[in-house]
Amino acid sequence: MALMPLSLPFAKLEVGHHLYWQIGDLYLHGQVFLSSWILIAILLAFVLVGTRGMKRDPIGLQNLMEFLWDFIRDLARDQIGEKYYRDWLPFIGTLFLFIFVSNWGGALIPWKIIELPEGELGAPTADINTTVAMALLVTLAYFYAGLSRKGLRFFELYVEPTPIMLPFKIIEEFTKPLSLSFRLFGNILADELAVGVLVYLVPLIVPLPVMLLGLFTSAIQALIFATLAAFYIGEGLHEAH
Amino acid sequence: MTWLLLAEAGVPEGGLFDLDATLPLMAVQVVLLTFLLNALFFRPVGKVVEDREGFISTSRADAKQKLAQVEHLEADLAEQLKAARQAVQSVIVDAEKEVDGLYREALAQAEAEANRTKEESRRGIEAERESARAQLKGKVDQLSSTIIDRLLAA
Repeated sequence: MALMPLSLPFAKLEVGHHLYWQIGDLYLHGQVFLSSWILIAILLAFVLVGTRGMKRDPIGLQNLMEFLWDFIRDLARDQIGEKYYRDWLPFIGTLFLFIFVSNWGGALIPWKIIELPEGELGAPTADINTTVAMALLVTLAYFYAGLSRKGLRFFELYVEPTPIMLPFKIIEEFTKPLSLSFRLFGNILADELAVGVLVYLVPLIVPLPVMLLGLFTSAIQALIFATLAAFYIGEGLHEAH
Repeated sequence: MTWLLLAEAGVPEGGLFDLDATLPLMAVQVVLLTFLLNALFFRPVGKVVEDREGFISTSRADAKQKLAQVEHLEADLAEQLKAARQAVQSVIVDAEKEVDGLYREALAQAEAEANRTKEESRRGIEAERESARAQLKGKVDQLSSTIIDRLLAA
């Protein structure tokens, strides 16, 4: 390791180091909140600018806004169905936009400029807390959607089409949030690590294809998370026949 | 940047799978973001898009209705035009027939008049000729009797 240029400002890998904030007995990962606040601010500013003075004949950024909205609506409508998708559109859309902005922001913004005393800024979705939080929200939304729509008959779906399915369906309730959170977390972290390692070894040009691939998978992960969330909620709402 | 270091000494070890209070706070943050984005993005953009979709579908229905109306009117007018053409045709035929009748009548009248005049004059001529012949015969008779008288007297 002594041969490696550790003194350079870039090309230093930090995994599992967090900037801890303490509230009472509780600890927070400060770097996750800092980067998420910056990204949320960017997202909100973009949305505010884009939705200013919207007209019936769209011009400029309004086109992009409507394209985004249309994209999210199609996603929610395809998975949840014509009848209920309106209630869940904001939630699905927020998941998609937040994950997308987090993933791309984590890859595109030069976070290293901001130096933290401990840990480093990056994609908020590369922290397990963020992805588990969103996956649990999806599970909550799924149960809320099913129970509010069908009451206790919602649990009939555990014994459909046959009661033999019961153990599998119960296991599924645990694997759903687990797979959702770990898929996103693993993909984003792995992408950051792959880029980090490549930059560490060869700082120029060589990491570019991996970075582009990272951007691609980041976008795909946002889409997958939102689609699966919509699919689970749609499953909870599904009319049993 | 040490002000960012809010934790006191004795911070946890860290690690990749370090789940702590970040999780619920991040969940709350995402829920808040959902409400914010709903108010700032999903509702206004959805309203604009759906208003436009409504506007397009109503204008389309309107245009369709108008087109149907136009087609109806067109058919109506074509019908009227056809009827008017037929009326004109019958008027023309009638007028031609009438003119023809009048012409024939006038011709017949004129012919009859001419025939009558001809007949009258022929009859007049005949009568005059008869009377002239009778007169002449009388004179001949007178003359011959005179001649006979003179001869006999001589």
